[in-house]
Amino acid sequence: MHLSPDQIIFWQHGFLKLNATIVYTWGLMLILAVGSKLITRKLSVDLNRSRWQNFFEIIVTGIVKQIEDVGLRNPKKYIAFLGTLFLFVAMAALCTVIPGYEPPTASLSTTAALALCVFVAVPLFGIEDQGVGGYLKTYTQPTFLMLPFNIISEASRTMALAVRLFGNMMSGAMIIGILLSITPFLFPIIMTLLGLLTGMVQAYIFSILAAVYIAAATRPRKPKPEAAPTT
Amino acid sequence: MDSMTLIAVASIATAGLTTGIGCMMPALGEGRAVATALTALAQQPDASSTITRTLFVGLAMIESTAIYCFVVSMILIFANPFWNHVIAQAAGK
Repeated sequence: MHLSPDQIIFWQHGFLKLNATIVYTWGLMLILAVGSKLITRKLSVDLNRSRWQNFFEIIVTGIVKQIEDVGLRNPKKYIAFLGTLFLFVAMAALCTVIPGYEPPTASLSTTAALALCVFVAVPLFGIEDQGVGGYLKTYTQPTFLMLPFNIISEASRTMALAVRLFGNMMSGAMIIGILLSITPFLFPIIMTLLGLLTGMVQAYIFSILAAVYIAAATRPRKPKPEAAPTT
Repeated sequence: MDSMTLIAVASIATAGLTTGIGCMMPALGEGRAVATALTALAQQPDASSTITRTLFVGLAMIESTAIYCFVVSMILIFANPFWNHVIAQAAGK
């Protein structure tokens, strides 16, 4: 029984280690990069499109709409970051149908790295949107008393992001492992289905939470100016 | 009772209690959240997309407390630092 794919080691030479997490992460990156390169090679703008182009357009417009709903003004700017997070976590969860595969997100190092990306990206987007002073001022909202709590929440929500994804993916793999030793054949398949659902929900949650954090750091969307009252 | 037995008993009992209580409380919380969201959905079906998104984010927040409990109990059972320490000492003797 192993707690994470870090413990499966394919190749080791002194300090260098090649464990399952690294191998499957690079495999997923290859699939995502090569797949999207192949599909976007011949895009068409008229009505005669390939199936894969339609599929990709559904995904991209879906992500754009979700980001817009959260309250970010121009979603095209954030889709590179948030969309990549979603696609990677979703792909890591989806590939569990392949036998012998271990989701790299079931290792705390992967999820911590993803959460640190969010931790770095939120101030960057915030500073880009409203300057250093404007961003630092959001820490003292609503009053100056809240400053320590805002700083604590910055760290704790990063940890929560990492542990939530890790716990969900690890529990899925572990429950299937335990059930295989107790009741083989039918029941693990049902749990695998449940694990697929949990993985997709977690991918959604991870990217939506990142979007919410970025939306909180950038300026809130101003309502459309009403017609000036004539008084 | 030597320290080895004590650590084993404490780890196993705590792991069970952690998962038990840690499942019970978030389940109650999630039940309340879903019930309220269903009432809101029945009253305002137009706002379903907003309610559903907020519900999912909220449920993930509540569920993460259960996940913390699960992670702690898994560490207690499979990667217990105190147990590993005692084993290392016993092997060194």
